[in-house]
Amino acid sequence: MSKPYDASMARRNRIRKDIFARRIMKGLTVLAGLLVPLMLLALYLRARPILEAQPLTELLTSRVWRPLKGDYGFFPFMMGTFWVTSVGMVIAVPPSILTAIYLAEYARPRIRALISPLIDLLAGIPSVVYGVWGMLTVVPFIEKVAAPLLKRWLGVVPLFNSENPTGYSVLAGGIVLAVMVFPIIIAVAEEVLSAVPQGLREASSALGATRWQTVRHVVLQRAAPGVVAAVVLGFSRAFGETMAVLMVVGNVIQTPHSILDAAYPLTALIANNYGEMMSIPLYDAALLGAALILLLVVLIFNIGSRLVLIRLIRR
Amino acid sequence: MNKYKIEELFFEWLMLLSTVIVLGSLILILGTVLWRGLPALDLAMLTQIPKGGYYLGEEGGILNAIVGSLCLAGGATLLALIISLPIALYLQVYATRSRLIELIRLSLDVLWGVPSIIYGAFGFTLMILLGMRASLLGGIIALALLELPIMTRGMDEAIAMVPADLKESSYALGATRFEMAIGVMIRQALPGLLTATLLAFGRGIGDAASVLFTAGYTDRLPDSLFGPAASLPLAVFFQLGTPFPAVQQRAYASALVLTLIILAISLLSRRLAGGLTKHIIR
Repeated sequence: MSKPYDASMARRNRIRKDIFARRIMKGLTVLAGLLVPLMLLALYLRARPILEAQPLTELLTSRVWRPLKGDYGFFPFMMGTFWVTSVGMVIAVPPSILTAIYLAEYARPRIRALISPLIDLLAGIPSVVYGVWGMLTVVPFIEKVAAPLLKRWLGVVPLFNSENPTGYSVLAGGIVLAVMVFPIIIAVAEEVLSAVPQGLREASSALGATRWQTVRHVVLQRAAPGVVAAVVLGFSRAFGETMAVLMVVGNVIQTPHSILDAAYPLTALIANNYGEMMSIPLYDAALLGAALILLLVVLIFNIGSRLVLIRLIRR
Repeated sequence: MNKYKIEELFFEWLMLLSTVIVLGSLILILGTVLWRGLPALDLAMLTQIPKGGYYLGEEGGILNAIVGSLCLAGGATLLALIISLPIALYLQVYATRSRLIELIRLSLDVLWGVPSIIYGAFGFTLMILLGMRASLLGGIIALALLELPIMTRGMDEAIAMVPADLKESSYALGATRFEMAIGVMIRQALPGLLTATLLAFGRGIGDAASVLFTAGYTDRLPDSLFGPAASLPLAVFFQLGTPFPAVQQRAYASALVLTLIILAISLLSRRLAGGLTKHIIR
């Protein structure tokens, strides 16, 4: 004997299912929101031994890295990261922004539809493939062409002179990083530029401005904070990039003084040594301290630029 | 020609030059990997696991890394999918325009920018907490965390494209929000959801820094969730690290295999985005 169909029961079940689903979804959502604080907490707890053993200022300014003797100075590694990232950004920013302007303001829709997927593809290439490219193309190019030329013509400036006989250098890391952040800066900057109201461009043209004048004085003026945010996002991506940089910068523990010197960025320090010396507790803590510094810097840059972008692109 | 016209032309050329530089670097990368990888690529590389003396230049292949990578990225994508889809639906269906939601979106965007080495370090910390060793499961967890923000934000945006009329019509017919989400939104947004999933898969399969400590490396095929697993990016990295040219050649070939997989995923997601529109109401 089957039970008679009970409409109110069926409705109650459906509503119960709805409430149940909502609870689970909300739980997962809140959990995802807690991931950033959780990461910070986990890294902080693991890095605490080193922060207790040595004052932070000493960790950040000491140049001596001898884990076996208990000397953990991050300074050379921080300078390595700083040099490689800065060189990368100097190379990446002008072409990225000009390409973004071209795509947003000049290119016809058909051309844009052709170019945009290719730029997405560039963003999808794995970092080890960038690293392989860097080792096969960029490093030999610097060793055989760029370094001799720079030394010959600009050798008086210390920035362009070095004893480093190989192409594995800050410049190699910078070039690889630049190509890696192209697609990020272009995508964000293009979105920001496209969000500038059309009326502003029309008003500018009506006043007799050329296209470039409109871009320069009207569009860029309005989109400036967003373009800066795009650059900052690119910077923070470059800051945390590991494998590709690791493969081309030479990994010599020193403070670089020239773009042709080898360097040893923070990310490479973590990747090369982690898991290896777990028996020395302070060493482990020091490496996670490096990860914590990295995460803090990236978080600050990311949150800042995202807040700017939310204000600019809100529909 | 007047001053303004020259200025206009100058910047137009500069922009074209920049675009050529950007696209040229893409061609240069693909060309380099193809040119150096293709000569070293043969069937044995794709169908065999490393044999004794492989890293000295003797017989064997990288099947362990290919299968390992597919397992790692496949498992991670599945795990990320189970978590991401409910989050994306929650953001779009249950809670629209609240302070919490803005905060969650911001936090997902910020997570997207967290470097993969940090996911590796965090994943490893979690594993120590749980008493796990470097294993397939560990790698899957780290990669799933890495894929989570990419997938969730992609799905969030795909679902946001569903017209509000459809949503309201199904409410008017008496559907609960959950029924509307499952029956209308997922179906309508299917191509976008798949694109987001494939994008995350591609990111997962190419990432090296997050699996470096969490998944380990082995010359055998992965046989258990709790044993170590090889991966293609690390195969490239380790083979490049040997001093033997024959092994380095294989690193280039491995990089080519990885690049081809990424290209295939990218093409597939383009096809899917265009197709699968049978159930879509416009």
